[in-house]
Amino acid sequence: MNEIGLPQVLFVSCALFFIGIYGFLTRRNMITMLMSVELILNSVNINFIAFNKYLFAHKLDGLFFTLFIITIAAAEASVAIAIIINLYRNYHTIDVEEVDTMKF
Amino acid sequence: MNASVIIFYIIAAAIIGCGLLAVTSLKIFRSAVYLLFSLISIAGLYFFLDYEFIGAVQIVVYVGGIVVLIIFSIFLTQGSGGLMKKPALGRIFFAGLATLFGAILTYMLINNQLFIPSNQQAIAPSVENIGAQMLSTTEHGYILPFEVVSMLLLSAMIGCIVIAIKVKTPELKNSVEIKEVEFGAADNHTIENTDIKIVV
Repeated sequence: MNEIGLPQVLFVSCALFFIGIYGFLTRRNMITMLMSVELILNSVNINFIAFNKYLFAHKLDGLFFTLFIITIAAAEASVAIAIIINLYRNYHTIDVEEVDTMKF
Repeated sequence: MNASVIIFYIIAAAIIGCGLLAVTSLKIFRSAVYLLFSLISIAGLYFFLDYEFIGAVQIVVYVGGIVVLIIFSIFLTQGSGGLMKKPALGRIFFAGLATLFGAILTYMLINNQLFIPSNQQAIAPSVENIGAQMLSTTEHGYILPFEVVSMLLLSAMIGCIVIAIKVKTPELKNSVEIKEVEFGAADNHTIENTDIKIVV
């Protein structure tokens, strides 16, 4: 192990992806669930960059996908936070278990 | 074990450690700060892999934009002081089990996969090459996704304003109006608990 190759970077992104999944499954607060989604999106970005660098260095496509994912993540986070603030205004809580008016 | 390998392992440990703390910490503000450090370490990984432009974008958009937005929404909704509710033990156990087995399965697949790198001439991921390809209208240009994503950002921004805006209902004077309809506690949805006040 004298040089960093693709498997090491993929291990980092794999671990980060499943950390995000774990947070998404255990957390019940909307803001922390949003943070978990950000971790998952970042692990995907690491994957794109790693594949672009180590396997397809003659193209820049992975880099462009990363750029667009970052843009869409920004849009998604802003819409999610607008929804969370609106929800807090109506229910005074952002716990997903307590906001169940449409459940029945 | 040369210096770059050691630097990579430090960055990887920072990413994974701060990510774990971000999803397990019970104080929500602390959790946001751990997320911040995890994202900065990911930018460090991009710098390590020689993708300086993506690292800079990561710092500008994620660290400067999204985490600040998350911290603002924490202050707007619940403050930073109290502890969050601990998740149920069964949920921790089964979520941990599922993610552990998923991670092991995925890593075994990665380890057994033979990756074959291309042997063509590499392109440097410099800002010049990125800009030229992103704004080119030829076969491999990215001008159409660029424009579509700009429209998506615009519509997301308008949507945010529409969702989060506070609607003020105009006050009617000298007329009967139903001023507020309050539902009871969150677990009572029967019509008997509906409290209707009529203000004249």
